[in-house]
Amino acid sequence: MVEFAGWSMPVQYDGLIKEHERVRTSAGLFDVSHMGELFFAGPGALATLDRLATNDIAGLADGQVLYTPLCNPGGGVRDDVLVYRFDATHFMMVVNAANTSKIRAWAREHLQPGTTLEDRTEAIALLALQGPRSAEILRRSRLLGAVAAGAATLPYYRFLAGEGDVVAVSRTGYSGERGFEIYVAAARAAALWEELLVQGRDLGLGPAGLGARDTLRFEVAYCLYGNELGEDISPLEAGLGWTVKMKKPDFIGKSALAQQKADGVPRQLLGLEVEERVIARSGFEVRSAGAAVGRVTSGTFAPTLGRSLALALVQSTAVASPLAVVVRGREVPARRVPLPFHKPSANA
Amino acid sequence: MPYIPRQLKYTQEHEWVSLEEDGTATIGISDFAQSELGDIVFVELPEEGDALVQMESFGTIEAVKTVSDLFAPVSGEVVAVNKQLVDTPTLINESPYDDGWLVKVRLRDPRELERLLTAEQYNERIGQSD
Repeated sequence: MVEFAGWSMPVQYDGLIKEHERVRTSAGLFDVSHMGELFFAGPGALATLDRLATNDIAGLADGQVLYTPLCNPGGGVRDDVLVYRFDATHFMMVVNAANTSKIRAWAREHLQPGTTLEDRTEAIALLALQGPRSAEILRRSRLLGAVAAGAATLPYYRFLAGEGDVVAVSRTGYSGERGFEIYVAAARAAALWEELLVQGRDLGLGPAGLGARDTLRFEVAYCLYGNELGEDISPLEAGLGWTVKMKKPDFIGKSALAQQKADGVPRQLLGLEVEERVIARSGFEVRSAGAAVGRVTSGTFAPTLGRSLALALVQSTAVASPLAVVVRGREVPARRVPLPFHKPSANA
Repeated sequence: MPYIPRQLKYTQEHEWVSLEEDGTATIGISDFAQSELGDIVFVELPEEGDALVQMESFGTIEAVKTVSDLFAPVSGEVVAVNKQLVDTPTLINESPYDDGWLVKVRLRDPRELERLLTAEQYNERIGQSD
């Protein structure tokens, strides 16, 4: 167990690589209840969210989920979140645990007239069922009732709202595999956790911790806030240009991002393969011809691929030159490789 | 509970050393250490003929989540390196006291062993770090 943003979190249960492989080949169950759930309601909710988000909130249909950065006026990322549209006046925003209070306070300052904001983080637990066998396992849940069968056939980034203790089940996740995220009343989470593990055991389901969650998302190059994203990193630099909709009338950070688009981004997120048997970890310096040109944002041994890989934020002027990573005072050559390292099948 | 063989000596930094009958010493990391590190993916070790100095770093272990220095329990010349670890570093996880040994050295000064922890002392040491 490890402390993270005030939550006590399991890093691993049966071993990180075993848990990683189980999610890629069958299924894993994650307890990610630390994620924050902010509910926006009222006639001003849509306009409020559309101004906070760089992505197109207004284009959402009922039952649809959207991934979006939230930016500061300088174009840096305040958080990257999921927005769920229940209907035109009811939305749920799922924020990173370390950012929950920051985003809640900031959103409150930007509420349009006729909007309420409720933080239900403490009342809602979140279980993520991820892996190619996840739909089969979900269907077996009795605790989720009728929602389970309906959710099992959802298209990618759609969700079903539940009743009573079941808030929502969405076809989303952070592993790159087909999977579901299940929002339930905190009081019901332990029973659901036990039920799913029992129901899915014969299909290879087992628990998975924060360690595997990180290596899984890393292989498919999903950004992690605090590593690839931060207040001083723009979504354009982080390769999230597809989530920034310049055609929207306005959103916080728009003019700064428009300027960055016109001038070209100062830095880019790259995929690197380390050409020795060492790992380039977060914070390690990236060099070109002996000069510092960037830093590693995440780096590990990719369990599915069996290679030492890194994500690095590198000055745009240096991205085409030969690069090296400084590992314990020594320059180790790092070859640029395309992202993602591993092709996600979440949408398959 | 981690396994702590009684006949070995230990460092504060979780290495073990075993004195062999031919006067060499075998060095590895403890069961507790491998369990704390988790899945080990790379090991950087010295070469045969290199000199180890007691309590100084002689290599590194990379696990998926973290990297750790290796500290020499004793001084001496490296006479063998476990080459199996290049392709199968998880031997350290699976068998920290046998197949997962790291290096063998020719001891420079057997009296250095007296500065190391007994199994009992090491057990107390890891009890305190929980």
